[in-house]
Amino acid sequence: MILNYLGPSASTYAGQIDFLFDVIFVLVGIPFLIASGLFFYFILRFKKKDGQPGMYITGEEHEYKKWIHRAHVPILVFDVVIVVIAVNVWYTIKQDLPEQESTIRVVAQQWAWTFEHPGPDNVLGTADDIPTVNELRVAKDTLYHFKLESLDVLHNFSVPAFRLKQDAIPGRVITGWFEPTQEGEFDIQCAEICGIGHGLMPARIVIESKEQHAAWVAENSPLSLAAHVPAGPTSPVAKP
Amino acid sequence: MAESIPAEHVADHGEHHEHHEMSFLEKYVFPLDHKMIAMQYMFTGMAMGVIGGLFAYVFRMQLAFPGMDVPGWGQVTPADYNSLVTNHGSIMIFWVAMPVLIAAFGNYLIPLMIGADDMVFPKINRLSYQVFLLSAIIILASFFVEGGAFGGAWTSYPPLSSKPQYSLTPLGSSMWITAVALEFVAFLLGGINFITTAMNSRAPGMKLWDIPMVVWMIVIASILFMASVGPLLAGGVMLFFDQQLGTAFFDPDRGGDPILWQHLFWFFGHPEVYVVLLPAVGIVAEVITVFSRKKLFAYKTVLYTAIGTGVLSFTVWAHHQFIAGIDPRMANVFTVTTLLISVPIAEMMFVYIATLYGGSITLPTPMLWALAFIFEFLIGGITGIFLGASGEDIYMHDTYFVLAHFHYTFYPIAIIGTFAGFTYWFPKMFGKMMDETLGKAHFWLTVIPFNVIFLPLFVLGAAGQHRRIYDFTNYPQLAQPWMQDLRVLATVALCVMLGAQLIFFYNIFKSLRSGKPAGKNPWNAATLEWTAASPPPHGNWPEGLPNCYRGPYEYSVPGRDKDYWPQNEPA
Repeated sequence: MILNYLGPSASTYAGQIDFLFDVIFVLVGIPFLIASGLFFYFILRFKKKDGQPGMYITGEEHEYKKWIHRAHVPILVFDVVIVVIAVNVWYTIKQDLPEQESTIRVVAQQWAWTFEHPGPDNVLGTADDIPTVNELRVAKDTLYHFKLESLDVLHNFSVPAFRLKQDAIPGRVITGWFEPTQEGEFDIQCAEICGIGHGLMPARIVIESKEQHAAWVAENSPLSLAAHVPAGPTSPVAKP
Repeated sequence: MAESIPAEHVADHGEHHEHHEMSFLEKYVFPLDHKMIAMQYMFTGMAMGVIGGLFAYVFRMQLAFPGMDVPGWGQVTPADYNSLVTNHGSIMIFWVAMPVLIAAFGNYLIPLMIGADDMVFPKINRLSYQVFLLSAIIILASFFVEGGAFGGAWTSYPPLSSKPQYSLTPLGSSMWITAVALEFVAFLLGGINFITTAMNSRAPGMKLWDIPMVVWMIVIASILFMASVGPLLAGGVMLFFDQQLGTAFFDPDRGGDPILWQHLFWFFGHPEVYVVLLPAVGIVAEVITVFSRKKLFAYKTVLYTAIGTGVLSFTVWAHHQFIAGIDPRMANVFTVTTLLISVPIAEMMFVYIATLYGGSITLPTPMLWALAFIFEFLIGGITGIFLGASGEDIYMHDTYFVLAHFHYTFYPIAIIGTFAGFTYWFPKMFGKMMDETLGKAHFWLTVIPFNVIFLPLFVLGAAGQHRRIYDFTNYPQLAQPWMQDLRVLATVALCVMLGAQLIFFYNIFKSLRSGKPAGKNPWNAATLEWTAASPPPHGNWPEGLPNCYRGPYEYSVPGRDKDYWPQNEPA
């Protein structure tokens, strides 16, 4: 509800994160309203009046202390609810790795993104792969694995519309997944400070229908480019 | 043992004699008196706070009006922006919150509140401040060396921080880590003093449960600090070696691991939050009991929640690293421990609210600050739940939601808590009352703009705006007009808030010159520091150290004429 109102929600698991946000919002909102309500009520109710001294309460008396202890019950229950949903969401996005329909490689460096898309054979690491800079093209309703790498420092592959975020670490390949549910063009941000140009490495993700995407792949694969436009550039490097 | 021997006779005080008039240098520059060292820490911390605040002014102007010539700075380059946000964070935590809350209040209050003439180790105390001052000079000097100040965020993650070819600040990065390490040394020295003094120099009759809460909190905070800082100091040495000697502790190309630094940093970094939180909640306990004329609700419970929070805080550090590439299964464990912290912290907040129940509440400036602390910290606490929940953190990590959340914790701690303590003990420190009208104007013009700055940032963070990005116009989704309006709103509020601090400094100046004399006990408080002269002379109680007969919060005791019962008054 709340997150969806603030920005687009374009992956299969974005709705789960949005739902978790709403749940937490309500479950922390209720204790907050009660606590701050009591807080302001006490300040007004117990303002100094002449001839009325403060009460002498040590706080160790059962009749008073029970109120503090009773408050733990709802808080613990709320905590359990939040943990169960949060772990469930976490498991779906980060621990579970569903079967992929396609795989892309995301390489971060100071200060640009390189994306490698599989060519018409849909296998990454073959001669028909399509590399692009600062523009990732994917098909709607297709489950992707991404292989995230960094060439120098820590970066973070963040697609707010997907509610997805993952650090890229030099020397490691981190695998994750996403499945776009909406066509359109969204921001990719680097979410880990990576030096002077950290604010200057915006990239875009373009989500198109499966047919459009297949057409784009066919058109831009180095093999087909070589066949049709021998003198042209070998890779369609998008404008940064 | 020290409590029975006047300060002048302690062997440590060899240089000066009790009749010897102290020179300016001895008294103000190289003092051994805990109160003067406290003032050095206090005003150095405040000066650093002003510098950190002005840094915020420069980078917030850039965010609100990208590319503008910021008055007083000029064009903000990406390198400027990074080093300003990095050093704003570092300074506010290490050179403002720590010196003011732990060192200044700890030094000032511990001997006075436990009825001692000074710290147990005055020379270690003096050394502590000198090392601290050196560290502050180094961090400020780093702005003027070749390449400029370090700009890799206050968390200083390698390889960005460890390799000059990535950070482009070959000297700045090393000066940053050196300054931070020296600052830790200063607080290790100070912590030894606080713990030893509070445990050994208490007034005769002061049992453990008679120690004022703020003293307990500073002692617990010092223990937490000492227990957590070791790994980071070791990490700091490794980072320095990586930078300057070409070792490869954090270099993945040569067998190192950048994630190792994150564990070392956050193993310290999370307890650090409670290291500064606890003194602030201690100050608030002193202030709300006095101005509601009430005993602190469930003294021992407050103490146990502080210890419980402190112990738990050692088990949550990896919640800063959920999406950093650690084993994803670890996130589940750290989510549970993180959410568990809500139990003792909520208990502490409830106890404070319960202390107000049945009180006789007045609202002078210190009380306003203390109450504001409780309310604002509540917001900081509840928004932490969003981030501690691993699933939600995937989206929220490193957004402005995080930024707003920790400002809603650190600001109440470092700024509101400091003002609560400073305005409350000002009459003791300087023997003059502060101006109430100016004090209240300062309060409202600080607290309202604070909320206007950071509430919009929650919204921006929830809309996906990431931190440490110097110009959002490059991102179509973040360049929408309504978002830019919120950024401008936050920046305008920041300028109002910074301007309002002039009222505070003018109030100090005016009150020192022409404030009403405070007398020994202007607030009718029951703790021991209010039985000394204002300001207390060297040795605190030249007439003889006080005895202690009861707990610190005996207000409105039935059957007594006065509504407070000083700790030193025989039954």
